[in-house]
Amino acid sequence: MSPGVRRGIVVWGGYAAVLAVAPLVFHRGFALSLLCQMGIVIIFSLSYNMLLGQTGLLSFGHAVYYGMGALITIHALNLVQHGWKFPVTLMPLVGGAAGLAFGVVFGYVTTRRAGTTFAMISLGIGEMMAACSLMFPGFFGGEAGISGNRSAGGPFLGITYGPQIQVYYLVAAWLLLSTAAMYALSRTPLGRMANAVRDNPERAQFVGYDPQHVRFMMVALSGFFAGIAGGLAALNYEIVTAESLSASTSGMVLLATYLGGIGFFAGPIAGAIVVTLMQTALGSVTNAWPFYFGAMFLATVLFVPGGLASIALLHKRLWDARLLRRAMAVYAALAIPAALALGCGVLLVEMAYNASDESRAAFRVMGHVVDTTATASWIAATSSFLAAIAACAFTWRAVSPRWAGIGAALAGDRDP
Amino acid sequence: MTYGLLLFMLSSGLTLIFSMMGVLNFAHASFYMLGAFFGYAISTKVGFYPALVLSPLAVGAIGALVERYGLRRAHASGHVSELLFTFGLAFVIAETVRLVWGSTPVPYRIPPSLDGPLFTLYQSTFPAYKAFMMLVSVGMLAALYAGLTRTRVGLVIRAALTRPDMAEALGHDVPRVFMLVFGGGAALAGLAGVIGGNAFVTDPGMAESLGTIVFVVVVVGGLGSLTGAFVASLFIGIVQTFAVAMDYSWHGMSLSRVAPVLPYLIMVAMLIARPRGLMGTRET
Repeated sequence: MSPGVRRGIVVWGGYAAVLAVAPLVFHRGFALSLLCQMGIVIIFSLSYNMLLGQTGLLSFGHAVYYGMGALITIHALNLVQHGWKFPVTLMPLVGGAAGLAFGVVFGYVTTRRAGTTFAMISLGIGEMMAACSLMFPGFFGGEAGISGNRSAGGPFLGITYGPQIQVYYLVAAWLLLSTAAMYALSRTPLGRMANAVRDNPERAQFVGYDPQHVRFMMVALSGFFAGIAGGLAALNYEIVTAESLSASTSGMVLLATYLGGIGFFAGPIAGAIVVTLMQTALGSVTNAWPFYFGAMFLATVLFVPGGLASIALLHKRLWDARLLRRAMAVYAALAIPAALALGCGVLLVEMAYNASDESRAAFRVMGHVVDTTATASWIAATSSFLAAIAACAFTWRAVSPRWAGIGAALAGDRDP
Repeated sequence: MTYGLLLFMLSSGLTLIFSMMGVLNFAHASFYMLGAFFGYAISTKVGFYPALVLSPLAVGAIGALVERYGLRRAHASGHVSELLFTFGLAFVIAETVRLVWGSTPVPYRIPPSLDGPLFTLYQSTFPAYKAFMMLVSVGMLAALYAGLTRTRVGLVIRAALTRPDMAEALGHDVPRVFMLVFGGGAALAGLAGVIGGNAFVTDPGMAESLGTIVFVVVVVGGLGSLTGAFVASLFIGIVQTFAVAMDYSWHGMSLSRVAPVLPYLIMVAMLIARPRGLMGTRET
């Protein structure tokens, strides 16, 4: 057995094992529904990365395929309720087919060009579908949404999809299948050509491939997987609202994928997990969480274009080259000013939120009540924030030669 | 018509920035929103007319800072990064506005001196504020045109627009010109916000609702073409206004309900029939 095959077995076996064991560890109701949500977002993000990472198509309307998949699935579920014979287990395929159909239609219209043009058209199509959903409330459900019943099919081998744990294993099975399928797709000639079209469409054309056709195939297939995610979402929540088609859903998947890292197959998985966790964790602590989200996204775009996956990869390489200890020293020097700047920034945001809130509760910082409408407290908070930023910049200037030295050592290690 | 002119105030800035830097600024409508909120905040303190000047200046300064410290950095890692940066920026600006002013519309009103009818024609009154809006936007556009074609700064901008390397070789600071154009475009959007915010609604959702329409305008008009943007703005503005006003229905679907989808349908139809837009020179 070659090392590559062995590594593949370890990675995929580990992935399957984690999926199987996760609900045994996180078995409480809330954690379990969080896991389900995570699985759905992972499929959705992976399908999005087929466009952004593999084909270089930046789409602002990916929610169209997800939302249409969810809608068609919920309608199919209601048909099952009225006597149509179709196993609920295969219901995500209905969503996938819907996503594929819309991917074929919109892919045909939009894939003539990549880049900015594609981004803009995808945005327009996303907005068009979102506007449609308010126009035909009968089919799209409007603001109230359409609800269904996932146990409509009756029991099959004792599986009714009533309890959440059964839904979890359904999501997990589809997640494993879709991940494997998408990974396999990235290894096919089509997947390779998608990379070529991303990097240099002209040369791909010279080799004899039609870039538009490659992009079209990728959009259609990515629509298929997004539709599967939508179908699973319909089964999981048993309700589909206009929100699943909206621009905010498209934005969320873009955020998750980019945060995780678009250059790596596993990047979107990490991004989806982090975003889902943060959404619930931050959302329960502060109402300003979308702000922190946006700020984090901006920081990723500006400073870490490779996302979380690239950070992980960098540290693995540092570890391999025995440079991690030196890197840690740099981090330790930066830790205190960075933590201060972060804390002061959070303080400012929370103060602004508290001040704009009509029913303002007493705002406490370490036990002291701060008047968020007083100018003095604003001056204090802003100046300490600026001081912390200055401290950050000062420390960075001091340690950046050491950081550059580590980078040089790493490059030398890789290329002797 | 006024809506169309307002659209053009936004799309002109967007088109200028696009044709110059090749980046489509997703946050452009956010600058419009910032202009409206700054206009509101300043007009409650010192009055509407100072706000008309101060608010665009503030928005322009923010725009210039964004270009200098954000966009220029993102530019290094390619167009997709730039696009993503402006997308994230739009998100952050919307959330900031929501943090500071709350998520409900603010009572930004038309100043009393301009509130009221200008004249009455066949029983339908023509509001004075509408005339004022038209005056400001047409004045601004005339100034923009004159500035671009008749002044030395405009000459440098146009040079940097078409041949950035050559302009740089001749000793002009092209990055600074870019910063200036980006700030200028943001200021134009801010001005549109000051005069449009009180005519329509001023709430944190205004950027999102107008932003996509502005994109449609730019695509329909042809990327990078100011004339095309002008024609398309008026066209989309008129289509939207009339569709809402007309009482025509077909199979139980009234035209006013279809109105929100119309611009996007026009855009998709345009992309299929004529991919480079009305006046565009390059194919999209």
